[in-house]
Amino acid sequence: MLVLPPTATTGAHRRRWAAHDEADADLVARLQQTAFGYLWQYCNSRNGLVADTSRAGSPCSIAVVGFALSAYLVAIERGWISRQAGAARTLATLRFLLHCDQSGAPQASGYKGFYFHFLDMQTGRRAWNCELSLIDSTLLLAGLVTSGLFFDRHDEAEIRDAASVLCERVDWRWAQGDSKSLSQGWLPEAGFLHYGWEGYNEALLLYVLGLGARTRPLPAAAFTTWTVTYQWERIFGQDVLYAGPLFTHLFPQAWLDLRGIRDDFMREKRSDYFQNTRRAIALQREYCECNPLEAAAYARDLWGISAGDGPTGAGLGPYAVDQYRFGYMARGIPFGPDDGTLCPWAMLASLPFDADAALTGTRRLLRDFPQVCPAERFVSGFNPSVDAAPAGWVSEGWYGLDQGLLVLSIENARSGLIWSLTRDSPAVRRGLRRAGFSGGWLGS
Amino acid sequence: MRHARGLRIPRRSTSRPSRLRTRTCDLAVIGAGPAGLEAAHRGAAAGLRVALFERKQLGGTSLNSGSIPSKALIRVATLFAGARQAARLLDSHLELPPPDMQRIVQYLRRVEQRIAAYDSPARLERAGIELHRGAAHFVDRQTVALGRRHFRFRHALVATGAVSAPPSFPGLPARSYLTSESIFSLRRLPGSLAVVGGGPLGCELAQAFRRLGCDVTIIQDEAKFLPLEERDAAQVLAQAMARDGVQIRLNTRVIGASRSGSGFRLETESYRKRDRVTATEVLVSVGRVPNTGELHLEAAGIKADRVRGVVTDDYLRTSNRRIFAAGDVCMPQKYTHVACSTARIAIDNIVHGQRLRCSALIIPWCTFCVPEIAHVGLQAWEARERSIPVKTYTVLMHDVHRAITDRQESGFVKLHAAEGTDRIVGATIVAARASEMINEVCVAMHHGIGLRGLADVMHTYPAQAAAIRTAAASARRKRRGTLAPRTCAQHRGDFDA
Repeated sequence: MLVLPPTATTGAHRRRWAAHDEADADLVARLQQTAFGYLWQYCNSRNGLVADTSRAGSPCSIAVVGFALSAYLVAIERGWISRQAGAARTLATLRFLLHCDQSGAPQASGYKGFYFHFLDMQTGRRAWNCELSLIDSTLLLAGLVTSGLFFDRHDEAEIRDAASVLCERVDWRWAQGDSKSLSQGWLPEAGFLHYGWEGYNEALLLYVLGLGARTRPLPAAAFTTWTVTYQWERIFGQDVLYAGPLFTHLFPQAWLDLRGIRDDFMREKRSDYFQNTRRAIALQREYCECNPLEAAAYARDLWGISAGDGPTGAGLGPYAVDQYRFGYMARGIPFGPDDGTLCPWAMLASLPFDADAALTGTRRLLRDFPQVCPAERFVSGFNPSVDAAPAGWVSEGWYGLDQGLLVLSIENARSGLIWSLTRDSPAVRRGLRRAGFSGGWLGS
Repeated sequence: MRHARGLRIPRRSTSRPSRLRTRTCDLAVIGAGPAGLEAAHRGAAAGLRVALFERKQLGGTSLNSGSIPSKALIRVATLFAGARQAARLLDSHLELPPPDMQRIVQYLRRVEQRIAAYDSPARLERAGIELHRGAAHFVDRQTVALGRRHFRFRHALVATGAVSAPPSFPGLPARSYLTSESIFSLRRLPGSLAVVGGGPLGCELAQAFRRLGCDVTIIQDEAKFLPLEERDAAQVLAQAMARDGVQIRLNTRVIGASRSGSGFRLETESYRKRDRVTATEVLVSVGRVPNTGELHLEAAGIKADRVRGVVTDDYLRTSNRRIFAAGDVCMPQKYTHVACSTARIAIDNIVHGQRLRCSALIIPWCTFCVPEIAHVGLQAWEARERSIPVKTYTVLMHDVHRAITDRQESGFVKLHAAEGTDRIVGATIVAARASEMINEVCVAMHHGIGLRGLADVMHTYPAQAAAIRTAAASARRKRRGTLAPRTCAQHRGDFDA
């Protein structure tokens, strides 16, 4: 039987959980463990770097390392690995991060405490001339926060100390540049990217950790500057703080327990980010049921439009209308982009927010399209509207971000482990308070 | 002639050299574009003696190289795209021949001529407007000159419009590249076209030429197209351009250009990564700058700068109290309808001594891509910046029956209302006919009709504008914790039926 975390929501929610049977519990546990298997298997144990994808030659994604650090804790608690093995892998990661080249040179690993989005799996140096990514570094930092809290034994002091040093050396003031809000990244060759954060999205975690930093934190005004770009919309008859791709709702809440706590915006709207995610899921289901693109698979119980791999090139949609397919893309609804591609992991990753929808959808997906879960591990994307094969176009291999999100989200639904860790984090509490959050477990 | 209240023809200056002919008028209007023509007609109708000066064609940019030819070209491109789609729909192997650009240009000219007929010199004369052809300029605070003739005025209106801004990169000599002024005179369809600039005109023409069969690359130095529009609107447009096959390069700057064979080679830079784009023609569409160059504004004591153009107060009066300005030469919103509205305000302030304010205008605008993107009033973020809590009522066009019948389902209607009230503070519409639909919201905002009032108005079925009523009517529904299934009636626009 799935167990609801003690701080969980309404009585109705609790009863829905209890209704799910042993088969569901087994399925969820199995899929969680195989997702973790990716993070353990596609990791360079010498430096803790985890591959972005399972494809040959894939570099490390620094964000996946963040998910992996928290996933090790889940694996230890679940008994999939020993505490010693988890601590050793964590320590290898932290030692690499502590000693990597932070000069900001084109071939370094990071700068000002942040990291390049992709690193070479062996050398740890910048790959693909990618950007120094603020959000991907944030996901790493969130992992570090949980490691520092979980490894509390006397002989694990090095982990705590290293995690603390790595979090405190981040220069959030520098990341703000001359702007009132944050850019999405920085390039050694060209400075800050022009892309900022407009509208609600996964940057919530970025702002909370940036505001909560003990040294050189973001000013509180930066959060207000960002939230001015929020849009509170009534879409399909329901009020929601809009963000199109599902992952934008899920990523921050892989770590942050946002149930019942509110910032100024949510107080004004009498909602919270957890409830908002439930509404985002409802929008996904409504959109897929009405299925405006007439995509081959979309249905009320088959949804999950998010960032993921997809087919590329041009094609013809219904009524000879041109369609364009986007490859790897943050797809979103209802404004798009949408090309008929679903992320098969997205429904299960929504487990903490709407267990009914997540499990019903996942069961149907595995029944109708078992090809999207080879070796009981979800691929990044599939598009049954393209190609004649049973599941249409199916992404090759696995992506680390998807697996990391699954491990953490499922655990939050099962035991609330990650949420309970970050609830005890002074940095997280400070960041939430400085962003204006109060109420619920955070107090007034 | 009957003069309007408070207006008298000034006495002729005795200090003027006698060899110059000096005439008098009540109102000198410099520029016969939309603002100038509107002002001249309105002034003449009020009984003023109006002298109108134009150095080029009547009708200005809008008629001769702007709104009118571009909309006519978009119409032709839409017909071509529709014909291709029809052939595919019928499973026909019909291959359309490449379009004949000369015939397209002939079509544009005929459209322009049809519209120009309404403001022909003969009709202006019959309306009591003296038309003077040539480049007029100020000689002092109360006189304009045209060649050797001087015109002493009681009031003047500067309405000289704007011209295409030059490229900011080296290597393209003037006249070698296309601008919005020259692109509508092409003799043949270019094999490939590089469009520099992702503002409204750049996006419109990039998409239109792609739909005519041209390989188009659009280069925009910002992170999104149409920087003034909200994220979702720019996103829908980017998807539409990609669907049509336009090659998109965002966050990319052109740093140099050179001739390459029969075409051009543009050197580009995106975050210091160099690349190049080759094309047979280059369209530079990086905005428009006020046209004040030959006016000798300083002689009349009129303040102006290169970016803002003629500086006016809220009543459109310049730093010379006798002289007003209207249209592109002084307004940040460089649209024909804004030009006409500001001309009306300026003339009413001159003639009737009214105190009409430019800031009271509710200004809509539209980018005529497929789908069209129209906006009026505040954006949601602008309202929040002013501490107005807003709630947005959104209807997706793919839920609108008429959009489905026409397979024009991209886009949305968003009505922004002050939260907890009925008051509409702005709207964005992305739809096949957004340019028409937005006017319904303009009427509502102008007359203080709120969401409830809009929702009460019966709309035809099936019509795309029903989305506006549906959005307004959705405000009547109680907030729901969970999403209720939408009924067919809701899709028809009868939310509370």
